[in-house]
Amino acid sequence: MAILTLSINGTRRTVDVSPDTPLLWVLRDALGLTGTKFGCGQGLCGSCTVLINDKPVRSCVTTVGSIAGADILTIEGLSPTRSHPVQKAWIAEEVPQCGYCQPGQIMAAVALLKEKPHPSDAEIDDAMNGILCRCGTYRRIKKAVRRVAEEGGVR
Amino acid sequence: MKTQLNRREFIRVSAGVGGGLVLGVMIPAFDAYGELVEQKENEFVPNVWLRIARDGTVTILVARSEMGQGVRTALPMIVAEELDADWSKVRIEQAVASADYGSMGTGGSTSVRTSWDRLRKAGASARMMLLQAAAGVWGVKETECRTEAGAVIHKPTGRSLPYGDLVDAASKLKAPENPPLKDPKDFRIIGRKTPRTDTPEKVDGSAVFGIDVKVPGLLHAAVARCPVFGGKVVRYDDMKAKGIDGVKRVAQIDSGVAVIANSTWSAFQGRDALAVTFDEGSAASLSSETIATMLGEYATKKAAVAEKAGDVTSAMASAATKVSASFDAPFLAHATMEPMNTTAWVQKDRCEIWAPTQDPQGYRREAARLCALPEEKVIVHTTYLGGGFGRRWETDVLVEAVQCSKAAGVPVRVTWTREDDMRHDFYRPVSHHLLSGGLSAEGKLVAFTHRIVAPSITGQSSPERIKDGLDKGAVEGTVNLPYDIPNMQIEYVMANTPVPIGSWRSVYPSQNVFALECFIDELAGAAGKDPFEFRRALMLNRPRMLRVLELAAEKSGWGKPLPAGRYRGIAFSPPSFFRTPVAQVAEISIDNRSVRVHRVVCAIDCGIVINPDGLAVQMEGGVVYGLSAALKGEITLKRGRVEQGNFDDYPILTLEETPVVETYSVQSNEAPTGTGEPGLPAIAPAVANAVFQATGKRIRRLPIRLG
Ligand code: FES
Ligand code: FES
Repeated sequence: MAILTLSINGTRRTVDVSPDTPLLWVLRDALGLTGTKFGCGQGLCGSCTVLINDKPVRSCVTTVGSIAGADILTIEGLSPTRSHPVQKAWIAEEVPQCGYCQPGQIMAAVALLKEKPHPSDAEIDDAMNGILCRCGTYRRIKKAVRRVAEEGGVR
Repeated sequence: MKTQLNRREFIRVSAGVGGGLVLGVMIPAFDAYGELVEQKENEFVPNVWLRIARDGTVTILVARSEMGQGVRTALPMIVAEELDADWSKVRIEQAVASADYGSMGTGGSTSVRTSWDRLRKAGASARMMLLQAAAGVWGVKETECRTEAGAVIHKPTGRSLPYGDLVDAASKLKAPENPPLKDPKDFRIIGRKTPRTDTPEKVDGSAVFGIDVKVPGLLHAAVARCPVFGGKVVRYDDMKAKGIDGVKRVAQIDSGVAVIANSTWSAFQGRDALAVTFDEGSAASLSSETIATMLGEYATKKAAVAEKAGDVTSAMASAATKVSASFDAPFLAHATMEPMNTTAWVQKDRCEIWAPTQDPQGYRREAARLCALPEEKVIVHTTYLGGGFGRRWETDVLVEAVQCSKAAGVPVRVTWTREDDMRHDFYRPVSHHLLSGGLSAEGKLVAFTHRIVAPSITGQSSPERIKDGLDKGAVEGTVNLPYDIPNMQIEYVMANTPVPIGSWRSVYPSQNVFALECFIDELAGAAGKDPFEFRRALMLNRPRMLRVLELAAEKSGWGKPLPAGRYRGIAFSPPSFFRTPVAQVAEISIDNRSVRVHRVVCAIDCGIVINPDGLAVQMEGGVVYGLSAALKGEITLKRGRVEQGNFDDYPILTLEETPVVETYSVQSNEAPTGTGEPGLPAIAPAVANAVFQATGKRIRRLPIRLG
């Protein structure tokens, strides 16, 4: 066990965990940030995607010890009023079904749109393809990403 | 602080007083957020389905489980319609498990169909009481009053009273027995595209799934189970497991050895550090090959006749052309995105459960049995479900959670890894199909047989319910065919195995319709007819079916030229137990010897459509789930073990591979039927039939693999 300080959603949080614990479980169990989801634990489904220094990362295969000092953004940190452009587009396109994969989808979309404000279809496919959705919301995800780009991006 | 009425207590107090004020005494309970919930008073509570507060807020109780299919929108829309509620003032609450709601089981695409009458009456009776209350306040005749969007209006004077102002007056009235229901043409909520009520919570991480439930003092458990079905723990060594940081205790439970820790991760690590010796039992030699051989052998055994017409033997003998073929479909895992989990808190005289379950009443019954408590002492909270697809009917994970909480004496959540989920599922049954057809010289289908050889879900779980070897569920999708065939016989041979099986989105039609509809295409080919025209000719006496088939053909541009390299296939999914016919046309191409599906047109007749966008979503979901199975899904066994473990070896459809799905519904004023499953059965045969158009090769086995 070790005392680690993390910067999560703009706030410094201290946790006492073993440094080889996956970030996913630190977020969920130690910090109560359960928006980030466990889907496969092996970096295969993307449900656990969070942003680390603006890059999408699979938190289930990222040890908490490896990211000390980095800026971590989770679904809870997007907007207190669900008004982040990606959230607004997700609501407008009625993307979620069961909703379980959606935090990962949304975070991956945020990362994509931060990097490429006007992604091509191929770039959307490429960035989003690894985030699995068992309910089949994919087409709406694509539409929502395009909508964000059309409506002014994510800043 | 969130507030919530304790349903059971409320019912006990208010029953017989026709909707009096709530005087219930409540048992303290925690909600899914770990907050103490308290009772709210001074509301108009006409029945168990809704209540109205003084500020006009209408709370509608949803008794079915939200697993992505939109019940937390569609069901309240029905209540709100008949109540004439202001939809913007409606809030949704999940009902805790109770007999007061009738069946709460969420499966078989029944939620809307079986709630329709009941929810309409619940809304209508409350509306009548509010109307009477207003008439009383004004001292006018009821017939001079009407309602509109959350208020009663006095027609002659235009005066109006919002529902919230009528709470006290309405609470004194008796609920009418047979309230008048609206004429569907007056619907103003039903049939209108309505945003889902659960979407906001699902875009900011606040939606609480089973895996997210917070309860004070919660511990986490992972269970080591025998990799072979039916195996037992012989002994275990937990020295290493107990040395893992955070591990609190190790306990043997019915399904294996549980490691209970202060975090999920510690529980997983502790479980991996266990050394468990299992007696693998008799299933240890099972493999996919031995099962295939067995199904082949059973295919020649005596079959139970599920349905017959005419004299199939002589019709077949005298047919001008005879065609026969066999088809196979594999075991499939559900792979819900949220891994299996349940949280239980067993105390001396009560038990509280939080679960992403499709069967809260079954969970309650089972927990009561395990704790030797009366059911009234068991509270089951249904959380959001991160997918269900039939998997969450099963109580296996509930049993584990209850036993772990008993062992630890504190609240415990059992969480499965993806590998646990893949290897300990209740799989979609494997099946083998023998079909034959006889055509007259004019190419008319005069004789047809379909023999299904498959394990029986009912036969494996409750053998006493199988009479004369016939599982009626196992022939769903291929009995009551939409086709007029003068001589036909549908048969079933029960071929049970030690592999646990269960309901998997659309259940047996998921495979029976694959075999049936691929074979109908083969028959069309043998008759020299167009696959759509061939089906159409068999449906001429069934207008409801015909309309659906023709709608799909029309919207897909059936018969019109396609761009080079594109091919179409059509298939029809009979109404089956969900009572909803669907026709689909798939447009595909073959890239690099793999099938790419570009567009799927769905035509459906599900009666009155509650939420048009909700229907479209159900079709999109059914198609994608069905395409994962058609193109990729297969669970195989070796040495009694499931070989797949995660999404690398049990892949599912990705964004890039997902076609455009278009949904068209037949205009109808009939009561609604199911939509959760009917989008699935036709997709595999529609794609397989398109593959034949592209390659000239018949697909007779799922998943579709081009050599
Ligand atoms: S849970 Fe991390 S990629 Fe699946
Ligand atoms: S919405 Fe259910 S898994 Fe994506």
